[in-house]
Amino acid sequence: MTNTLQQEAVLAHEEQKSLEAREFGFWVYLMTDAIIFALLFATYVVLSNNSAAGPTAKELFDLRHTASETALLLLSSLTFGFATIAMHEDRAGQVVKWLVISVGLGLGFLAMELVEFYGMIQKGAGPEVSGFLSAFFTLVGTHGLHVAFGSIGIFVMIGQVLSKGLTLPVRSRLIRLGLFWHFLDIVWIGIFSVVYLPGVM
Amino acid sequence: MDHSEIPSRSTYLNGFFLAVVLTAIPFGIVWAELLTGTAAYVVIAVAAVLQVMVHLVFFLHMNFKSTPGENMFFLAFAGVLICIMVGGSLWIMIDLHHRMM
Repeated sequence: MTNTLQQEAVLAHEEQKSLEAREFGFWVYLMTDAIIFALLFATYVVLSNNSAAGPTAKELFDLRHTASETALLLLSSLTFGFATIAMHEDRAGQVVKWLVISVGLGLGFLAMELVEFYGMIQKGAGPEVSGFLSAFFTLVGTHGLHVAFGSIGIFVMIGQVLSKGLTLPVRSRLIRLGLFWHFLDIVWIGIFSVVYLPGVM
Repeated sequence: MDHSEIPSRSTYLNGFFLAVVLTAIPFGIVWAELLTGTAAYVVIAVAAVLQVMVHLVFFLHMNFKSTPGENMFFLAFAGVLICIMVGGSLWIMIDLHHRMM
């Protein structure tokens, strides 16, 4: 009897250790992703004035649109934080509620970005027009793709919380997804500071 | 990165409040054209760096007490790589740009 209890304790300890290792691995991935974004930023800064007689940043960017996107992403970071707190308090219903709100805000951000991209392409400012626009669509599009995958991740985790409950692996995945979601908000700070604000100045 | 203490609602709300202020300052300056040129760039850059730190501390719960050393090490390592690659690329390309004029 005590033997099985000991074995269970050892197994729980091992599971905890393996989940911590995954969290560290995910952190290493995020840092490599940060390097990818940093180089896309560098590419954008180098090419940002090369508009090849096509439309320039000042003509294309709308600061009100950018401010709304920023608000949506920042709010969804906050609501994901509330989901994390609900997870620590073992309230699965609250976790699902905050995750649904977070993914709603994330999808709202994606919709606004797609509207912006579509409007630009309609105005003849697609990625093939100039070096500036190629770099713009690559940088902002890569971030948007990350948000899209993050949203899929949130849908998957809503399903897992509903079907499996707040088990140890589910908690670990939620924490890792939270890291990813907050990280995307950090990249967005760079995007509005490097792309949009200097663009309209 | 919650390895020891559980984050509280007030941590997230304080972080959110600081992030809103640090977003409003650069947007307001550019919107109302309060500053132009180098001064505006400096304010935008300082607000961005501060806001990244606010996100790291209040949302990702990085600190020198409970965050594992390896995570801090990789954050610093990524920072060094980014400085070398981005700084180096910009230095070379801007220099080239001046010489081509």
